[in-house]
Amino acid sequence: MQKRTLLDGKKFQITIKRLCHQLIENHNDFSNTVLIGIQPRGSYFADRVKLELDQILKTKNIRKGNLDITFFRDDFRRKDGFVSASSNSIDFIVEGCKVILIDDVLWTGRTIRAALDALLAYGRPAKVELMVLIDRRFSRHVPIEPDYIGQQVDSMDSQLVKVTWKETEGEDKVILLSERNK
Amino acid sequence: MAAEQLSTRHLLGIKDLNLNDIELIFKNTDHFKGVINRTIKKVPPLRDITIANIFFENSTRTKLSFELAEKRLSADVINFAASSSSVSKGETLIDTVNNILAMKVDMVVMRHPYAGAGVFLSKHINAQIVNAGDGAHEHPTQALLDAYSIREKLGDVRGKKVVIVGDILHSRVAISNILCLQKLGAEVMVCGPTTLIPKHIGSLGVKVEHNLIKALNWCDVANMLRIQLERQDIKYFPSLREYAMMYGLNKQILDNLDKEIVVMHPGPINRGVEITSDVADSKQSIILDQVENGVAVRMAVLYLLASQRD
Repeated sequence: MQKRTLLDGKKFQITIKRLCHQLIENHNDFSNTVLIGIQPRGSYFADRVKLELDQILKTKNIRKGNLDITFFRDDFRRKDGFVSASSNSIDFIVEGCKVILIDDVLWTGRTIRAALDALLAYGRPAKVELMVLIDRRFSRHVPIEPDYIGQQVDSMDSQLVKVTWKETEGEDKVILLSERNK
Repeated sequence: MAAEQLSTRHLLGIKDLNLNDIELIFKNTDHFKGVINRTIKKVPPLRDITIANIFFENSTRTKLSFELAEKRLSADVINFAASSSSVSKGETLIDTVNNILAMKVDMVVMRHPYAGAGVFLSKHINAQIVNAGDGAHEHPTQALLDAYSIREKLGDVRGKKVVIVGDILHSRVAISNILCLQKLGAEVMVCGPTTLIPKHIGSLGVKVEHNLIKALNWCDVANMLRIQLERQDIKYFPSLREYAMMYGLNKQILDNLDKEIVVMHPGPINRGVEITSDVADSKQSIILDQVENGVAVRMAVLYLLASQRD
């Protein structure tokens, strides 16, 4: 199995910082904007973004939640085994807010489709934007495109993009693995 | 993101479940409890599944709870009550169910007065079966929700002492509860008049006690069962009044214990017989939590079973 590092070290930090500044450009002080990380791995990215935004804006008031999309997936009972659920933790009303959906890797877009459905249970947002760290372009199954992109990569279906985080795996890194099932 | 599955295709009894299955059900129950406490209580995973609720025996809680669980998972639901059906015209169980299945039903939730009805059905038809009570045999979802409620109230089931009081002889709730609690590592005692305790119940590894006060002093949790008069063809005790005096739980008994125990009841309550109103409505009672958890547990069971259909 071959490994290729797409992003790590200083470049990883700069990418996150750049994404945060792009967010600030569009959302000012985040008074009507909430961050929603998609469970399980998007929530780590969302945590990092909130941390960074808190530092830049010198505030602690940015609202952030985690959204689990398991029950809204379109492949339930259509593939081997099934993915067990994670928890939802959204302790605010999304009604009328601008929502930034955050996930680590965008591939087919089906997760985001499910997330848009799952989000409706928390109210009708004024606007929904999508931020991803890695965009595996040219591989979408549904017409969904991100508004904020850390890095675009060209990859084959057989490959896997894996993002690890300092908080959970000890290192900030994005790697491209040659075989998905390993 | 681990892929996890139940080890059985049907839920016929706690006997068929292993510890992993029970823990998997509880884990999913946590998530579904989150779902039913939101403003929008519905999620779509079972939207292409049709479930038949077939009740050959009366039920309020279980039937409503299953129906609500099914609807909150977006399944299509048909209901069938034996009393208003062709069963009274002499149709057999298999014929009845096969006719329902011919209407393309994927899952059957069944309550039946005969023990083993669910097992019998699972051998003869293709749909997945969920046992909602078969005679005096098992009532698995009730045991799961009872254990889940204990876990929620006391943090864990392991090491806890649970006494089941009342009509053990006719109770499917008792059997399923004993099996489920033991698998989760709790100690179980049964308490009631000699005539209502099966002779060989000790072989299940439970303690037997005929004195209510002693039993209550021993336990952390008391599960008070209803006297099932409809199943008693002979007199097992002189009168309900005498039973209530010997085995009824009232506030005075509860207040005189040196510790605070948790009081449960699977319903329906006969107020003033096995439990008095002030106990049923007291802070120590988690009877209504049991009902709430019932919906979430049943959602978890249906969801996990549905996920393994091919």
